[in-house]
Amino acid sequence: MTMGQPALRRPDEPVTPVSVNVRNPRRSRRGRAAWFVYPPLVLLAAVFLFPFYWMVKTSLVDLGSIFEPTPRLLPAHPNLDSFVTALTMFPFGRFFLNSLLVAVLTVAGTLLTASMCAFSFSRLRWRWRNRVFSVVLTGMMLPFFVVMIPQFIMWRTLHLTDGFTPLIAPAWFGGGVFNIFLLRQFFLGIPRDLDEAATMDGAGPARVFFQIILPLSKPALIVVGLLTFLASWNDYLAPLIFITSEEKYTLMLGLNMFLGGYTAQWNYLMAATCAIVLPSVIIFLVAQKYLMEGIVMTGLKG
Amino acid sequence: MPTSSVQRREATAGWIFAAPVILGWIIFVAGPVLVTLLLALTDYSVGGSPRYLGLENFRKFFTSADESFFASVRATALYGMLSVPACVAVSFGLALLLNTKIRLRGLFRAALFLPVIIPLAASSVIWMWLFQPDFGVVNFVIRALGMRGPQWLASETTVIPTMVLMNVWLTGNSMVIFLAALQGVPRHLYEAVEIDGGNSLHKLVYITLPMVSPTIFFAIITGFITALQAFVQPAIMTSDAYHAGGPNNSSLLYVLFIYREAFRFSKLGSASAAAVLLFAVIAGLTWMFFRFSRSLVYYEGGERT
Repeated sequence: MTMGQPALRRPDEPVTPVSVNVRNPRRSRRGRAAWFVYPPLVLLAAVFLFPFYWMVKTSLVDLGSIFEPTPRLLPAHPNLDSFVTALTMFPFGRFFLNSLLVAVLTVAGTLLTASMCAFSFSRLRWRWRNRVFSVVLTGMMLPFFVVMIPQFIMWRTLHLTDGFTPLIAPAWFGGGVFNIFLLRQFFLGIPRDLDEAATMDGAGPARVFFQIILPLSKPALIVVGLLTFLASWNDYLAPLIFITSEEKYTLMLGLNMFLGGYTAQWNYLMAATCAIVLPSVIIFLVAQKYLMEGIVMTGLKG
Repeated sequence: MPTSSVQRREATAGWIFAAPVILGWIIFVAGPVLVTLLLALTDYSVGGSPRYLGLENFRKFFTSADESFFASVRATALYGMLSVPACVAVSFGLALLLNTKIRLRGLFRAALFLPVIIPLAASSVIWMWLFQPDFGVVNFVIRALGMRGPQWLASETTVIPTMVLMNVWLTGNSMVIFLAALQGVPRHLYEAVEIDGGNSLHKLVYITLPMVSPTIFFAIITGFITALQAFVQPAIMTSDAYHAGGPNNSSLLYVLFIYREAFRFSKLGSASAAAVLLFAVIAGLTWMFFRFSRSLVYYEGGERT
């Protein structure tokens, strides 16, 4: 069919029938090869985790130990003073609640509207459907920087800047075409017999959607919800543009403010960073499986 | 059999259910893109009214009336050229290591993936501390080895490579994607190589690389699209209330340049023009991706939707 394929195909054709006979030798060779893999893997894992260790370690010492010419691998007198200072000097609780509010409302809007739209594009039959879908798909890869200036002007004209509306509202209008795309793919895999039977029994589209499609789509909804939550929680550019007053700062804006105010006081900075990193680490540990699936499914999100 | 009234009801529902994204597309996609294109032709500041300039904004960029534009293009190009190959190579290597028969694979994978889910703003602060020239642990190790460590983020020559180093730490995403691709390579192909007396290198070169080449291609293109939009690192690590992308504009990545034009200098027209230029580049890359992925991608089970 295409140019790349013959090269990809070639090795597999003549040998396939014999492959069964070599199972055992292959397995033993693999077992041996694995041993060579442990040292680099252990080393790399240690290097990758080290920044986290160093962050925690730094947050447990006082300012004097930061500027020792020879840093210690273990904290000499670990204490939580830096945390107390860092988390009381700035209204971190406030920032945390702001971030949480924005993220939760963003996830809610995305889950509701993205699945509604996906339902319409996968299950309901209406004229123009496919044309509308392909038009809407053009928004899929659209980078935020292209639309941020007009969006800023729009929200400013509506006097809604310096509030959470600009951060949350887009999620309630389809919640990102990519999520619609994903959910649509998932809905297409649900057997049609189910909703046709319900329609025969007189159920309208809304009932089919809420009582049949949504309950069957929990795994996809969890993946979309998780990725949306993390994207909102981690976002820096949009809050930076839309939010100006301190009491409306999200955690990331708070961290940047902290960075400006506590230059070189790394123990406080690392304590604050610890507090910001912790929720993400917990989410990761709890939902690792879904996250990995989500990454593979949505590779495009980069 | 559906009656026509049922059909009509379904069609109405179709429009209603799709309404959010149709409205969203108009309000947050099509409208703003159009406005950006128009603003690019104007001089416009927050609160003022736009003044038509024609292509003056673009001309200004290329006639070096504004040197920071070239600085940002240079910084972004360097960032992309260094970051994308390094990240693809490392994440592919990590995926190869993880794709062997080992114990605790989940644990290793989790450790290598963990940096990705940390907010980029937070990991940027962590890296500022690790690479702090005088008291950072990295330069301490270098001193202990009897050398003098560089100034990292504080020097024009090393600031971008330092950010690239951090990106290498953040390759978990493509690692997971590569891992999935590697696990999709049919076993019998490797067995065929073994029968022919090939070793691991043969397997890598003749089976693995060709079979996952679409994924590598995908990772390179999306890597560039992502790299061109990098913002958080320079905004956190090398910017403050008065400067952006220091030292001396050497880390003024392109989106930070757009941000600075728009929200620090209130030059919304000029910023829009800059956005249009980058958008054209990204659109080109995206087109390339879809154009070539069709002819490069091979799926054993037939076509994928």
